[in-house]
Amino acid sequence: MADSDTAMVERYRNSFLNEVEANVEEGDWVKMCIQCGVCSGSCPFGPHWEHPPQELFMMIRAGKREAVLSTDSMWMCTSCYNCIVRCPREIPITHIMHGLANYAHRLGIAPKMNPTRRFAKLFWDNIAQKGRVNEMRLSVGLYFMDGLASGIKKSMEMASTGWGMFRAKRMNPPTLFVHKGCKDSEGIRKMLKKAQEIEDRRKGLTV
Amino acid sequence: MTDVVATNETVLVVGGGISGMTAALETAECGKDVILVEKEPALGGRVAQLYKYFPKLCHPTCGMEINLGRIKANPHLRVMTMTEVAAVDGKAGDYSVSLKVSPRYVNDNCTACGACAQAVTSEIEDPFNYGMSKMKAAYLPFNMAYPQRYVIDSSIIGTPEADSAKAACKYDAIDLDMKEQTITIKAGAIIWATGWRPYDAAKIQPYGYDRFANVITSLELERMMDKFGPTGGKFLRPSDGKEAKNLAFIQCAGSRDRNHLKHCSRICCMASLKQSTYIGEQFGEESDASASIYYIDIRAIDRFENFYKAVQADPKVKFVKSKVANITEDPETGDVILHGVDTEGYHRYDNRHDLCVLAIGMEPSVDASEIARGVSADMSGFIEFNNDGGAIFGAGCATNALDVNRSVQSATAAALRAVQVINRVSAAES
Repeated sequence: MADSDTAMVERYRNSFLNEVEANVEEGDWVKMCIQCGVCSGSCPFGPHWEHPPQELFMMIRAGKREAVLSTDSMWMCTSCYNCIVRCPREIPITHIMHGLANYAHRLGIAPKMNPTRRFAKLFWDNIAQKGRVNEMRLSVGLYFMDGLASGIKKSMEMASTGWGMFRAKRMNPPTLFVHKGCKDSEGIRKMLKKAQEIEDRRKGLTV
Repeated sequence: MTDVVATNETVLVVGGGISGMTAALETAECGKDVILVEKEPALGGRVAQLYKYFPKLCHPTCGMEINLGRIKANPHLRVMTMTEVAAVDGKAGDYSVSLKVSPRYVNDNCTACGACAQAVTSEIEDPFNYGMSKMKAAYLPFNMAYPQRYVIDSSIIGTPEADSAKAACKYDAIDLDMKEQTITIKAGAIIWATGWRPYDAAKIQPYGYDRFANVITSLELERMMDKFGPTGGKFLRPSDGKEAKNLAFIQCAGSRDRNHLKHCSRICCMASLKQSTYIGEQFGEESDASASIYYIDIRAIDRFENFYKAVQADPKVKFVKSKVANITEDPETGDVILHGVDTEGYHRYDNRHDLCVLAIGMEPSVDASEIARGVSADMSGFIEFNNDGGAIFGAGCATNALDVNRSVQSATAAALRAVQVINRVSAAES
C-alpha cells in the first residue's frame, strides 16, 4: 500500500468503535445499526435527548469519543424497551445505552450533575449497605440532593402525598434512624465485593 | 367433467400468474405437453391486479392479452382453473400429482352474458379488489378473466338464489350439481410458480393498518387507480371518501425487519417510485398534490437508477430518510400523523398526511418446505435451487422476491430445465 493510502487508512481507523466493542455491554452490536431511526422515533423521552440512539451509534462509528462519553443522552433511557421491540435488526439498544452510561461513569467522564447518575449512585449506596433499600433515607437523600433549601421546598410540595402514604402505612418515618436491613447484611456486602472483583477482572480494570 | 390426459412427458405448471403463464407457454411452444393449474377461477395472478408496472409504466392488460392469445393458439397447453395441488409423489421423469378441482358450477356453455349475476342479489367481498368492494355471488373474476366464464360462489349453493341464477341462464351453462373432484395425473417435470402474497400489514402494529382507515397497502392503491376499480380510478380516502392529495409512502413495511420478513422484497422501492408518478396523473403535473416517501435507503436496483433520478427531480415528491416509528390518527379529520426522526440531521417530525400507503413486502404464497420432498426452502420460505436430481423447478416469486421482468426470466429458465427433463424421458422411451 502506498504511504498516502496508509495515512488515509490510519485517518479513518476507528479506535473508538473498537473501544466500545471491548468495554461496553453489547457494544459489538453498534456496527450492526442501519441508521433507520426507528429507535429515536420510538423513544418516549426522545425530545429530551441531545443525541438520540441512532445518532450516538453514528457518532461512535465516527470516532467522536469525547462527545459520546460526556453527553447525558444515554442517561435519559428509562428502559421502556420500545426501541428494542421495533429495531429491525434486533439490536439491544437499551442495554447499549446503559452500557455506555456505565462505561462513561467508570472512566469518570460522565456528567457529574446528571440526575439519573446521581440517583443511581444514591440508590446503590443505599442498597449495598444492608442488602435492602431504606426508602425513607433514599427519598430524603433525593429531596435534599441539591441542598437544604431546595430539599425543604420539595418536601413541602409533596407534603400531602407524604401524609397519604403515612396514613396508608406506605411510609415509616422511624426507619430514617433505625434501618434493620436484611438478615445477613455482612454476607451481602461480601458477596457484592466479590462480584465487583470478578466484574473488574472481566473488564481488565485490575491486574 | 375432468378427463385429463397426461404422461410422464407432460410438464405440470403450478400457478397461473405471470411466471406460470410464461413457463407454460415457453414449454408448450417447445412442443411439450403442458398442464397449467391455477387455484383461482382465472389466470393473471397479482400482475393482473396492477394498474401499471415499472419501469415502462405500461398496463399489464396489454401483456396479458398477448399471453392469452398465445395460450389460446397453443394445442399443447391445457389450462385448469380452480385447481390446487394436493400432493406430489415420485421422482424426476415420473411424478404422480393429485389435484383438487373445486366446482365452478358453470360449464363451458357460458357466454359471459352476465344474466346469472343480474338474477342474484347476494354480495361477497371482491378479492380482485382486495376486499375494497363487493360483487355479486355470481361473478366474472375481472374484465379480462380467462377463461371468460362466470363463477357461482359456493356460499349461495343450495339456496333459492342459485336456482334463480340457473333459471336466468339461457345457455344451460349452470350446473349446480358439480362436486369437488380429486384427480391424479402423471408428469415428467413440475414447474412451481405459486407466486407471492402481501405480508399481513396488520402485524406491523405501530402502523395501525387494522386500526386506521387511511392506512392502506400499496396493492390497494393500485386498485384505486383502476377506472373500473373500487374507487373509479380516484385516490379516495377509505375514512370519508374525500380525495387524498397529500400521500405518504412507508418503505420496508414488513421487509428487512427481523420482527417480520428478514429479506428485502426488492419491488417495493420501485413500486412507490412508480406510484408517486400516479400523483401527476391524478391531479396534473402542476398541481399542489404531493407525496412523501419515507425510506431507509432506496433500492432501485441496477437499470432503475434513472427512474429514481427522474422521480427525485419531481418537485411534488419529497424523500425523507427515516423509518417511521409509529402512526397516530387525528380522530376529527381521519388524517394520519407519522412520527419519527430523520437520519439527515436527526430532526424529529410529526407529519400529517391524507393517506398513508404501506409499501408492503412480499412473502411466498406457499412455504417451499411444504411443496414436496426434496424441495428446499430458504429462510423466508422461498424455493432454493438445489441439485438433488429432482425435476421440481421453482419459477418467479415462488423462488425469490422478484419484479415482473425478473419473474419472466426466472420462468423461462425453469421452462428450459423442464424441457431438458422431458427430452431425457423421451430419449429413454424411444
